[in-house]
Order: sequence, then C-alpha cells, then structure tokens
Amino acid sequence: MGKTTAQKIFDAHVVDKPADGVWVLSLDRVFCHEITTPIAINDLVAIGKDRVFDPDKIKAVIDHVTPAKDSKTAEQGKTMREWAKRHGIKDFFDIGRNGVCHAIFPEKGFVRPGFTVIMGDSHTCTHGAFGAFAAGVGTTDLEVGILKGVCTMREPETIKVELTGALRPGVFAKDVILAVIRMLTVNGATDKVIEFAGPAVDAMHMDARMTLCNMAIEAGATCGICYPDRETVDYLWPFIQNDYADKEAALADYSKWRPDADAVYAKVVSLDVSTLEPMVTFNYKPDQVKTVREMEGTPVNQVYIGSCTNGRLEDLRIAAGILKGKTISPDVRAIVSPATPKIYREALAEGLIQIFMDAGFCVTNPTCGACLGMSNGVLASGESCASTTNRNFNGRMGKGGMVHLMSPATAAATALAGKITNSPLFVG
Amino acid sequence: MKNFNGKILFLDRSDINTDEIIPAKYLTELTKAALKPYCLEDLSLPGFDPKKDIAGKSVIVTRANFGCGSSREHAPWVLECNDINIVIAENFARIFRQNMFNCGLMAVQLDRAVIDELFATFAGTDAELTTDLNRMTFTVTNGSETRIYPFTVGDFDLELVKAGGWVNYADQKY
Repeated sequence: MGKTTAQKIFDAHVVDKPADGVWVLSLDRVFCHEITTPIAINDLVAIGKDRVFDPDKIKAVIDHVTPAKDSKTAEQGKTMREWAKRHGIKDFFDIGRNGVCHAIFPEKGFVRPGFTVIMGDSHTCTHGAFGAFAAGVGTTDLEVGILKGVCTMREPETIKVELTGALRPGVFAKDVILAVIRMLTVNGATDKVIEFAGPAVDAMHMDARMTLCNMAIEAGATCGICYPDRETVDYLWPFIQNDYADKEAALADYSKWRPDADAVYAKVVSLDVSTLEPMVTFNYKPDQVKTVREMEGTPVNQVYIGSCTNGRLEDLRIAAGILKGKTISPDVRAIVSPATPKIYREALAEGLIQIFMDAGFCVTNPTCGACLGMSNGVLASGESCASTTNRNFNGRMGKGGMVHLMSPATAAATALAGKITNSPLFVG
Repeated sequence: MKNFNGKILFLDRSDINTDEIIPAKYLTELTKAALKPYCLEDLSLPGFDPKKDIAGKSVIVTRANFGCGSSREHAPWVLECNDINIVIAENFARIFRQNMFNCGLMAVQLDRAVIDELFATFAGTDAELTTDLNRMTFTVTNGSETRIYPFTVGDFDLELVKAGGWVNYADQKY
C-alpha cells in the first residue's frame, strides 16, 4: 500500500509506538518564541532538568511582542535570551534581527523536505510548504521537545486537496486557502494533514505555498504539505549547495518525500482555482467566507498588511503595486509590518517602503503583535480591520473588534477606498 | 492523578476558541496561577457571566470543536487553575485535546446524541458528574435524575493522565 508524504516522514522518524495509532517521533527542529516557551523553560528549571536535546536543532526568536511593551513582556524576552545563551543556542533572533517566526525560520533555510518540526504556535503548519511535517503544539509538548527531541502524534490521515486550473489575475494563494477552508469547514481537517497538490500549487512560489499551508490549521489540520519540487530546491539552494552536487541531485533526493501514486487518503477534494474570485471573511470564523464582490462597500477602520500569512516580500510587492502614487482613504488608518528584517531591507531597496509611506501607511518593525491583538495595531471595540492575517475570531485583534481576512491586494485596494473592495488587478 | 468529579458547567456552543478561553493579552503572564481570574473572559455566549458562572464548577460539557485556534496551553492551564480538570465535548481541536492530556487533564469525546441528551436532561440544573476510570463511565446526577454514560479514551491518553502528564511520562521513557 502506498504512503502519503506524512506517512513517509513518520516512518523515517519513529522512535516508539506507545499505543495503537500513537507515534513518538524524533524531531529535526524545535522552534521557540517568547510567548509559549518561557513557561516551558521555567518548568524545566523548576524540575531540575534545565537542558536542551540539541542546541543546533533548536531555533528561537522574540516576535510576538517586540520591542517589549511592558515589564512582563520584557521578562519573557529576558527568559528567552538568558536560556539561549546558557545553552549555546546560536540561532536566537533578538531585537534588531528578529522577525515573525514562520517567515524568518524558512528564510534562514531551517526547514527541509522530510523534516519533523514542532513549535508552540498553531501556525507552525506553514513549514509544510517545504514538504516537511510541521505541527503546532502546546507548551508541554514543546518542553519535552526541548528536553528530549521527541513528540507524540496520532497516526496521520491525509486529505488531498487538488488545486487545478490557473489563478485569474488579482486572485492569490490567500483567496485559494480561504475558499478551501470554506469548503472543509473549521474542523473538517481536524487530526488530519492536508496535502496541497495540482498544477495551481506547482505554479506557486514558496511565499504563496507558505500562505496556503499557514492556514491549514484554520480547517483544524495538523499540517499543510506541498510536495518538494524544483521551486523548493531553488529556494533552499543557498543553504544546501554544499550538500548536493547540483540542483538535479537535490531534487532527486527530495522527491522521495512525494507521496506514492497509490497512497491512501481519508478524502480527496478538488477545486478549480480558475473559478475563484478574491475572497474575504465575514463574522468570526475563518470558514465564513464570501467573495469580495459580495462584501463590497463594507467600511473598515484599519488596514493591516503583515503576519506569517502575508507579510513576505511577494505580498508587499503586490500591495505596493496597487498603492503606488496613491494615498489611503482619510477614513482608515493603515499599517504594514514586513515579516522579517531581510524582507524589510529588500522592500526598502525596491522602493516599496517609500510607496507605503507616501500612501499614508505606518511601517512597523517585524512582529506578530497586531494579528493577535497584543501590540502594534490593536482594535478598539466596534472597530473593524481589513487584514492579511489568518484568524478572525471575535476579539482577536482587540476586544469587540471585527477582522476581515483577505489578500494583500484586496487589503491595499481597501485601504485606498476606505471600504472593502476588489483590487484593480482583478477584472471580474 | 487529578480529580475528575464535580459540578458541571454547560457551554452550549460549538467552536469555542482558545482566544475566548484565555485572551491573548494575558499570555504575557509568566506563571500559570496568574491566569486564574481571566478564565473564559471573552466567551461569546448569551447569558454567560464568567465572574459568576465558573465558581464551584469542575467539569465542562460543551458542543463541537472545543479549543480551536491557537496552540496556547494557557487554555488548559486556566481551566486547571479554576479546578476544571475535565472537558466533555462532541469533539476537540487537536492541539487543545493533546494539551489537556499532556497536563494530565482529560478531554473526552462523546457522541453528539449523548451530548444532546446531557444538555436536554441536565443543563440548567445543579448537575454533578463522577468519573469512574476503572469502569470508564460517567455518572451524572442532579438529585431527581441520575444517568450513567460509558466513555472511551485512548490507552496512551489514559497513561498520560495516570502519569500526571507527558513530561513525567517522556522523562521516564525516552
């Protein structure tokens, strides 16, 4: 019987099967940020086991509230900083070099096809874009990951989402994933992995694939996975060129993680993306999705472009292309947060930051803050935000606030209009 | 092992997310105990008052997809701080469910029909639940009505509960 990508990765990492359907896997990466890690660190200290399984496989960042906004967040940063230092965790990204975890870790080449990755963050599923198994976990799983380099997972069942056709101009990976979540519902993929396959995925750059996989959790999935291909190799080449004779050799090696032709799926669903229009969420669940056309004219108070979903260079280019030479509506305030210092620098070099500032955007440092209502763009009660983030729960960006999830193109057009509207890139 | 008995808090809604269970603004706390006053603070449920309705309750009975959203273990912790060690639902989000067992707490799935019956029979009454881990049954009573429901949890999940959580288990074994 053939195997899915997740099954192949599980087979290659199994340490134990303590019960029927339960696997204990060895971990290639344990990623850490300052919101969910300090309590794990403090607990390890308290139980006399302040150790790490492998300082080179642990990567850490301060990203959720940065720079620190108060004494408590300063304390979280301090806990991370001192821990990274005393254990020789050299890939620790502190203020000035820090970025949103699911943007900076891929950018550094830390994730490879076939890897197992955990992090105390639900959007860890992003890294499946590289053909890895990457899952968000809680602090206890993280703690054991740090100490022992293992994690338990249930036997992976996979839903295959076949994306056929080609995207129309002005329609992006964000629109696709919103349509997929609407189709699967918010718990339609719970305890399952989603493999994204088909020509529409093949045609996507890594930035877009990460957007796709990033929101797999919003359908309940453990991980979203794209198959490693030439695009994956091209992206990773600066980091792997000493490991392989040439790109062909890397591609041949990585291809072993692609699913077998006779792999068994829990479900296969298909979506012709050429039928899609730009999408946007309404209400408080990520499967509550309409077309932008249906939501046209809905006023917003704030526009936010950033996050692990859509704060990458490709996203900023698309948004800036729409904003160039224009200014935002006087009825909105707009914030852009490049997801990493590298993206920020490249956006500066390409003149994108100038365009955002000329349009009236506030440009913030890389941080997750606004997305979960912790800092850098919190909403007041009764306000709404057109946002390129991933979660529209009630109060997510601030108590009493409403979040409309959308692509950077739609967000940029919405900033100009002061109300939800399609971007000029989309011609109905 | 924790206590899995007590008065029931009925939360009649699906998709209760971790932002509702413990809002992100409290994730800057460095101890679990500091979370206690904020339990279910942002729960969107008509008639529910977190300041009054949680006290004295030790069991949550709710609908589908409880604990969806963020990976924050602060959600199980804030329940635990409030002496709620068991949640019974139609189903759970994966990370929340795993976090519960990792802490030695229980997240038990019952069929929708049984959840419906629990709500129909016991919601709005002073109902109390007793867990029997040998017989794998819940006994629910409100004085006038008593019913017994069988349940299952995975063997490994049960081992975590008995070991007091995943840290203890993994440390002994791996």
